[in-house]
Amino acid sequence: MEKDTLQQALPLDQMLIEQYRKNKELITANDIQYVSKLREEAFQTFMESGFPHSGMEQWRHTDVDVLTEDAYLNEMEVPDTKKDIEELFRCDIHNFDTETVSMLNGWYIDKESPLKTLPEGIIVGSIRQAMKAYPQIFEKYYGTIVPKNANGFVQINTAMMQDGVFIWVPDGVKSAKTLQIIKIINKEEQLFVQSRNLIVLGKNSELSLMHCDDSVNQQSSLVNTVTEIFVDENANLELYKLQNLNDQSGLINSTFVQQMANSNIKTNTLTFNCGLIRNNIHVKLDGQGSHADVLGLYLMDKQQHIDNQIRIDHNVAHCTSNELFKGILDEDASAVFNGYIHVARDAQKTNAYQNNNNILLTPTATINTMPFLEIYADDVKCSHGATVGQLDQEAMFYIRSRGISAANARLLLMYAFAADIINEISIEALRQRIDDMVKKRLRGELSVCDKCVLHCGAPEKEYHFDIDLSKI
Amino acid sequence: MLLNIKNLTVAIEGKEIIKGLNLQVNKGEVHAIMGPNGTGKSTLAAAITGREGYEVTEGEIWYKDQNIVELEPDERANLGIFLSFQYPVEIPGVSMTNFMRTAINAQREYNGLPPMPAGEFLKLMEEKKKLVDIHSKLTNRSVNEGFSGGEKKKNEIFQMALLQPTLAILDETDSGLDIDALRTVAKGVNELRSNENAFVVITHYQRLLEYIVPDFVHVMYDGKIVKSGSKNLALELEDKGYEWLKEQSLV
Repeated sequence: MEKDTLQQALPLDQMLIEQYRKNKELITANDIQYVSKLREEAFQTFMESGFPHSGMEQWRHTDVDVLTEDAYLNEMEVPDTKKDIEELFRCDIHNFDTETVSMLNGWYIDKESPLKTLPEGIIVGSIRQAMKAYPQIFEKYYGTIVPKNANGFVQINTAMMQDGVFIWVPDGVKSAKTLQIIKIINKEEQLFVQSRNLIVLGKNSELSLMHCDDSVNQQSSLVNTVTEIFVDENANLELYKLQNLNDQSGLINSTFVQQMANSNIKTNTLTFNCGLIRNNIHVKLDGQGSHADVLGLYLMDKQQHIDNQIRIDHNVAHCTSNELFKGILDEDASAVFNGYIHVARDAQKTNAYQNNNNILLTPTATINTMPFLEIYADDVKCSHGATVGQLDQEAMFYIRSRGISAANARLLLMYAFAADIINEISIEALRQRIDDMVKKRLRGELSVCDKCVLHCGAPEKEYHFDIDLSKI
Repeated sequence: MLLNIKNLTVAIEGKEIIKGLNLQVNKGEVHAIMGPNGTGKSTLAAAITGREGYEVTEGEIWYKDQNIVELEPDERANLGIFLSFQYPVEIPGVSMTNFMRTAINAQREYNGLPPMPAGEFLKLMEEKKKLVDIHSKLTNRSVNEGFSGGEKKKNEIFQMALLQPTLAILDETDSGLDIDALRTVAKGVNELRSNENAFVVITHYQRLLEYIVPDFVHVMYDGKIVKSGSKNLALELEDKGYEWLKEQSLV
């Protein structure tokens, strides 16, 4: 621990470089050779590039200096966790039975079964264990979905990652329950946490996955997550990301997806709270007939900042993609949306749609939205749209003229705006819970919860807006 | 007296639109307000319902024994004032059902009542739908979204039927309606008429008044009521137009 305290005095990049050099043995202790080799390459790249900065085009509107120039503690060894930790991760979404994988401060906490096979045949566990058990899978996919020229955050993750989640859904296997990764940060010190996930879906398989990033404390932290996902032919992935960290924290979240023929993915990134968030989602459509829905909702206030960078590569013909991100920004919050669609020369019959809608509740809230289409094929359908607006005053008066208070009218309109994204959640119990959370967030009642983000008390007893009576 | 407007002056962005208007409405009465375009009929409706930007610079609006000029629009609604909009607003993402349930429960809360149970609300909806001949599927859609002109106006009356106001103001409810829709809307209004409520019907044409027969007809010109009379006044106007009034008011 003494060593760690010393390291906290250095800026993050220098601290990490020093730490890597001094602790190489410790870092690579569980490695297969293939992974160690990638670490070394990535480390060299990071030494040259360092962290991205606001002078770079893709980081122009997101100043990460405030995060990277700070000093952090980066734990190098698995800490001792007590038994009662289980309680921290208990997830009690009503009617929502999940298979839970828990990570505390970046470490996989189930020491008794660090790698397990679920009844239907899905293998899930700590990436440290998995690489030794399934070296052939790592050699085939790990580090291959991430582009070689990825930014410094991705490089340092590849170089120094120590834990994360591995999921392998073998050919033809379908997840019986939603698999839920709950990541909690709870530490007295200012932590730097890296986690690395590898998710492989075999042919004709199905996975429903939920990925929650939460903080329990009010201490600042910086989380740097890299997730690689391979989706083989005819496979289906649903991925829900819930982000609810404290106002002091930073989250850099990079997700890389590769899709093969006739595969489908649907990702839904729901951001409720965090000081600074950068979501990089990069989907490569590499097999004909594949489809990607990339959706997101962000509800930010105070001086929070969110940056969603979405890139869809249409590399082959007959693929479709649909991007929809919606945001409500209050107070001094700021947001960036960058939707980049790349259509390769032979990717004929591509159909790509992109939309970003924003509501700014105050004159001091800001949004930079940038659609970017790069099209090299000639028989494609691509469209994009972006809107920035305020709450509709006509609608406000109409609602109030029916007896609904100004506060509720405002809420109703904001909620209606967000509903497009919420309604895309296909797991009913989860949809209802997210719905509750959105309402709480819009009312300003959702705080960084004392436990998991989904422990936001009993579900609301009184439904004001969300009962669809037509279904009774 | 249910509504007593005294010497009302209303300005929009500093420009006076209503210039000293008086109007008294008792329970059980239907008043028609007619007049040429731009004389302040819709402004009057907006002032009574408390629309932002419509500044009461002089005078008072007494409703149920209180001056409501300073009250918020939702508070006025909860006191039983309803406005059927000339141009009903589309609200994507808010279903009719949820919208009306929220409205009814807001009203109940205001009156110290618990929220209406779901089953009871459903029954109420079904009952009122019949009144204005609304299709079931319309209530599952977002508020007014993609509704035709006629459907929007029927939807206003449907909302009125659910909220049971004491004072209903119908602002050009007949505009854009074909004769069948007009009949349906009028039938709805007539069924809601009672000794406990009152209607102020703003219209440009006499046509609507054949179906909703008023007790009083007032003619507005240049921000004032220049002539009041029985339902026969509407016929007179239909016959002579508004020109003679202009001359008369200049005298």
